[in-house]
Amino acid sequence: MIPYSSSFYFYILALSVLPAIALGLLEKRIDTYGLIVSILMLLLIFSNSREQAIFLLLFYLIELAVAKGYCLLRPKFRSRGLLWTSVGLSIAPLIFSKYVKIFAGHELGFLGISYLTFRIVQMLVEINDGLIKEIGILNFTYFLLFFPTISSGPIDRSRRFIKDIQSRLTRSQYIELLGEGLWKIMMGVGYKFIAGNLIYSFWLGRTPKNITLLHAIDYMYAYSLYLFFDFAGYSSIAIGVSYIFSIKTPDNFNRPFFSRDIKDFWNRWHMSLSFWFRDFIFTRFVMTSLKSQWFRNKYTASYIGYILTMGLMGLWHGARVFYILYGLYHGVLLVATDLFQRKSAWYIKHKDKWQWKFASTAVTFNLVCFGFLIFSGYLFK
Amino acid sequence: MQEKIVEILNKICGTDETKNHPDLNLFESGLMDSLGFIEFLVAVEKEFGINISPTEVAREDIDTVNKIVLFIRKKLDSE
Repeated sequence: MIPYSSSFYFYILALSVLPAIALGLLEKRIDTYGLIVSILMLLLIFSNSREQAIFLLLFYLIELAVAKGYCLLRPKFRSRGLLWTSVGLSIAPLIFSKYVKIFAGHELGFLGISYLTFRIVQMLVEINDGLIKEIGILNFTYFLLFFPTISSGPIDRSRRFIKDIQSRLTRSQYIELLGEGLWKIMMGVGYKFIAGNLIYSFWLGRTPKNITLLHAIDYMYAYSLYLFFDFAGYSSIAIGVSYIFSIKTPDNFNRPFFSRDIKDFWNRWHMSLSFWFRDFIFTRFVMTSLKSQWFRNKYTASYIGYILTMGLMGLWHGARVFYILYGLYHGVLLVATDLFQRKSAWYIKHKDKWQWKFASTAVTFNLVCFGFLIFSGYLFK
Repeated sequence: MQEKIVEILNKICGTDETKNHPDLNLFESGLMDSLGFIEFLVAVEKEFGINISPTEVAREDIDTVNKIVLFIRKKLDSE
């Protein structure tokens, strides 16, 4: 059973949120129920694939061991090597799953493994930072396997999540959250099952098969819009369901096609992913390079940081040429944008004019769509 | 301490606007971007000897001079 894809899933989902709503209205804690329901949901989701279920169980046990282990060892050994080893172990299942696909032909993993891995690495890095001092098994399990966001995110952060579990909402606060959640679910359903479906049925699905320049442009816009409505729709539903469980999962999209430039775009598109890569890859790489003075120029550090971070982001989607190219494409765009904004006198003179903002938004929209064309693999068929 | 922080910010943002506007939102006004933020963390560590990790505090809790001063003061007190 694939989450959010069948009416059967929505039927079970509707049944499962009713006790959560009751608990919320009675001002009782929802997390114990939430954990039980998450595990039951997982059993349902993976009910017809024993292979996936076993992999998920193994994954859970490995990650629990790595997280607990690192948390216990960290106070005694402050070495970087220990952190790298732990992170390596935590991403090993993901790498194994992606690369087995290349050699064995079929994917050996489970739905959501790419997203769950982020949560573990975040915890490991924050244990190293000293921000996380302990790993409670129940909270860990709930955070990792929280069912609304298990298939494709949004990627939450553990401390924020646990704070939500521990905060006691009054009835009126919960009702407000419930209302917001229901609204987000409805909006998400509209985006994914109405807008997304219409775009697919009448536009994307009808683009001619042979690749010409005109067909490619047609496909590019259709695919970009379809991707947005499908993914933003899913995210909205997932976030809305989280709200019902009184977890304020962060938003994933904020009018991304109205971004005024590529930097702004990454503050609006798939935000939980973008911010994760910013906080755990980009910032740390640049910070280390500045402190250790690897490069003479701080901008060099940040530019290499952009390419590295975005390249990794592309690679995370899958080990395909077009995914990596997609990442590098955005890395280069970010570098070019920064150079332009710093060095162009023309930009500095005109940047606050509405004409510039309009033109910049239009150009950004097209650059972004071209990026999605690369991402779709259309150019590599 | 506020003076030291303003001095650091001036160097990073390339302007001394923050001196007279301790409640100006550094990110929204475009004075500070991701690179500036990183430079700031590095400078604070050097100047005050305290280590702030990138995800320790949400951006909205340190986006003005006043909030930064409050945060660093709290951090110094707890060490």
